[in-house]
Amino acid sequence: MTNDNSSGRVHGKRVLITGAARGMGRSHAVRLAEEGADLVLVDICAPIPGVDYPLSTEADLEETARLVREHQRTALTYIADVRDSAAMKTVADQAVFELGGLDAAVANAGVLTVGTWDATTTEQWRLVLDVNLIGAWNTCAAAIPHLVERGGSLVNISSSAGIKGTPFHVPYTASKHGIVGMSLALANELAAQNIRVNTVHPTGVATGMAPPSMHEQIAGRPDLVPIFLNALPAPLIEPSDVSNAVLFLVSDESRYVTGLEFKVDAGVTIR
Amino acid sequence: MGKLDGKVAFISGVARGQRRSHAIRLAREGADIIGIDICADIPANHYPMASREELDETIGLVERAGGKMLGTVADVRDFQQVKSAMDAGVEHFGRVDIVLANAGIAPVAFRELSIEEELQQWRAAVGVNLDGAYHVAWAAIPHLLAGNRGGSIVFTSSTAGLRGFGGAQGGGLGYAASKHGVVGLMRTLANALAPANIRVNTVHPTAVNTMMAVNPTMTAFIENYPDGAPHLQNPLPVAMLEPEDISAAIAYLVSDEGRYVTGVTFPVDAGFCNKL
Repeated sequence: MTNDNSSGRVHGKRVLITGAARGMGRSHAVRLAEEGADLVLVDICAPIPGVDYPLSTEADLEETARLVREHQRTALTYIADVRDSAAMKTVADQAVFELGGLDAAVANAGVLTVGTWDATTTEQWRLVLDVNLIGAWNTCAAAIPHLVERGGSLVNISSSAGIKGTPFHVPYTASKHGIVGMSLALANELAAQNIRVNTVHPTGVATGMAPPSMHEQIAGRPDLVPIFLNALPAPLIEPSDVSNAVLFLVSDESRYVTGLEFKVDAGVTIR
Repeated sequence: MGKLDGKVAFISGVARGQRRSHAIRLAREGADIIGIDICADIPANHYPMASREELDETIGLVERAGGKMLGTVADVRDFQQVKSAMDAGVEHFGRVDIVLANAGIAPVAFRELSIEEELQQWRAAVGVNLDGAYHVAWAAIPHLLAGNRGGSIVFTSSTAGLRGFGGAQGGGLGYAASKHGVVGLMRTLANALAPANIRVNTVHPTAVNTMMAVNPTMTAFIENYPDGAPHLQNPLPVAMLEPEDISAAIAYLVSDEGRYVTGVTFPVDAGFCNKL
């Protein structure tokens, strides 16, 4: 297959993505490859105790890499846990050694536990904050040393639950709000080095992040159902809708966009 | 093949500056343009407005970018003038899909003002920036609804639509108040029009290299700003953006890539609001 992406919107950019084996992470990788980027694909590719839906596999990660290579772009794959800061640094350093540099990182890996407040445990809190918030920090911290000389773009995937008080997964909502604070502070610290830091806030997307009891929880509290409803007539959005926002933020079209909370949420946070 | 093939965009204040750049960018993506501009000076504003010649130049640039354009002289402060231009444009092209409001002014004076001058500045700023935005939206919405294809409205607000700065004269206060007001208009319309798949967003540029930001009075005003000029500098190492930087954000927002993006205050501000 030939695919001329030499005039792509992110041609030649080298982008690291966590949680890249499937779902939104895969979608971001493929969309960026379509527009000419080379990808560093990171995923844990293993189950995590306490997460009650299956996580990705090594085969999933290889499939993402194959889809990237279909666009004649480089895909490096690394099995690593975003909770492990040393491992993330090693991944970033090795990828930069292979590719000659790095231009952007997308902190996309995340987990979701569900339950009403009184069923929420400290173990869930520690797990969710560790993966979603500290994991995003580890991703940024691993990437920043490679961006300070020429500038770059950090895209941290939050959620509509990073803007509104979405119930039944309090640790998740807190972690996604935390990503906003982290990103805004980093945006100020790193602006002088031309490193842009933005968050993306999707509404519900059909992906593998699907705890079986979520619908049951919501159904038990009809008074809270409207919190989950989109304003636009679309119950769910596609991963590609989020990827298009990521693409804009990685591209030079957004060279002066930093500190943005970029909602791709069908209006769920305004109604 | 452009992202906006077959679409028609209405743009106010189109004769120069950011909105000329938007017209060219949208035309390059395949859209045709209905454009209005006052093409006459506003007495309370200290810098000249665009001319008829500049409107014609915009039309030429849009055509060179591959689009067709109907350009009309109209004052956004007068709803009937806006409505006539909108209706004529929709009659001409058969539709409207994208609405970019608004024409804007930022009156400042680097001297003591009489109370009459204060009030004139306030009324001019609010009249153009807020009444004008509402007039453009209100003239467009019946056509968007009748088209039954959804649509996208983008209001140009400002960093001064999210943060309180701009001095304590009628013009600066009117500018900040009107640009904040546009956000309220956007949020409410976003909710009201969502069931019809019409998306409504604001963009918030920091200083852009156009007549509004680059004129001797504004330069003197900024250099003598009370808290000192460093407070008004962008965190990213860039003093002034180019109109094309704002057009890139707008091109995304109005395209199908942003089909589920509504109710967003979208800064293109080099980190300005996040710092303040």
